Amino acid sequence: MNWFYFSSPSTFYTLAGRLAPWFFILAAALAAWGLYLGLLVAPTDAQQGAVYRVIFIHVPTAWMSMFLYFVMACYCGLTLVFNTRLSAMMARAIAPTGAMFTFIALWTGAFWGRPTWGTYWVWDARLTSELVLLFLYSGYIALSNAFEDPRRGDRAAALLALIGVVNLPIIYFSVQWWNTLHQGSSVSFKGTSMHVTMLTGMLVMSAAAWMYAIGATLVRVRSVILERERRAQWVRDAGAA
Amino acid sequence: MKPRTKRAVAIVGGLAALGVAAALVLNAFQSNLVFFFTPTQVAKKEVPQDRNFRVGGLVEGGTVVRQKDALTVTFKVTDGAESVPVVFTGILPDLFKEGKGVVAEGRVGPDGTFKASQVLAKHDENYMPPEAAEALKQAGHPMAKENFAGQGGSAR
Repeated sequence: MNWFYFSSPSTFYTLAGRLAPWFFILAAALAAWGLYLGLLVAPTDAQQGAVYRVIFIHVPTAWMSMFLYFVMACYCGLTLVFNTRLSAMMARAIAPTGAMFTFIALWTGAFWGRPTWGTYWVWDARLTSELVLLFLYSGYIALSNAFEDPRRGDRAAALLALIGVVNLPIIYFSVQWWNTLHQGSSVSFKGTSMHVTMLTGMLVMSAAAWMYAIGATLVRVRSVILERERRAQWVRDAGAA
Repeated sequence: MKPRTKRAVAIVGGLAALGVAAALVLNAFQSNLVFFFTPTQVAKKEVPQDRNFRVGGLVEGGTVVRQKDALTVTFKVTDGAESVPVVFTGILPDLFKEGKGVVAEGRVGPDGTFKASQVLAKHDENYMPPEAAEALKQAGHPMAKENFAGQGGSAR
């Protein structure tokens, strides 16, 4: 099997088009199941009552915001090292979805903070570093589109994305390294401090967010490919047909 | 070396250097990144004297007293070793409770009382149904206490 077969934009365009709907179907099914578990099956929390149910959106989106940045940075690394075309397009396709998840995590966090902590926002290490992540995504999107030649935009933005990777461990470990208003992690590599039904709902919602992110990226990368390859013969042929 | 190997080395090396730099900077800023000070630090006067700061800990059991105007409340914040008396006028968050986490912003008055301008509740990372919490409580599990102490480097 030729592993580089699908690294050509034209073949990946077809593959992405065929796969994307399946990821969206999976995302919808998992989200329906996850919301059913989270909103109807899971018990209320002893301390917070029903307010804690924001967790079923908040934590999966926050996880995805960090994970997508990592994946985007990996593609950026590939772009800089191998000068491959598709990796840069994938990084561009991931960025808006990552920024969206970051925004949702911050937004739901604010509405969770108000009734529990007593405030929408505080400048503690966790909240601030997650806000920096949103700025990194916006900076990446802006910089990658700031050049006449898109390949130069790719390289400049890739460098920014790689530098921003430093922020990821800061976000993740901020609640351990410093005292923050944000509580510690409920789920870590060592175990969990969550009731099992609550945990299941949260993990199912995370899987849904994962599937959505893949589907959205595949759809977006198709438009990026078309735009970039508009002068290529295969795109003209497809347009003529 | 092939050009792409060179680029890979440059990127990995650059990221490693950046990581070390970030670690050093964060380490240097360690004390400025804390969101709140503990009552022990307040007792040792390791807190800013001329500006507002936050103190965090648990609301000591049996110390919450509401004044006649129903809006002013006094309580003590403790970290197990020391405790700081706090006075606050305003609306407390729903999760404010004896034995639970709290972060108060303000400054220490001449009488040693911490005058808070804002009081925030800090909840822990445990999520469980009320029945499970009740069972733990009956078993004498000091849940809130050890979770609050679990943050900020003193993890178990």
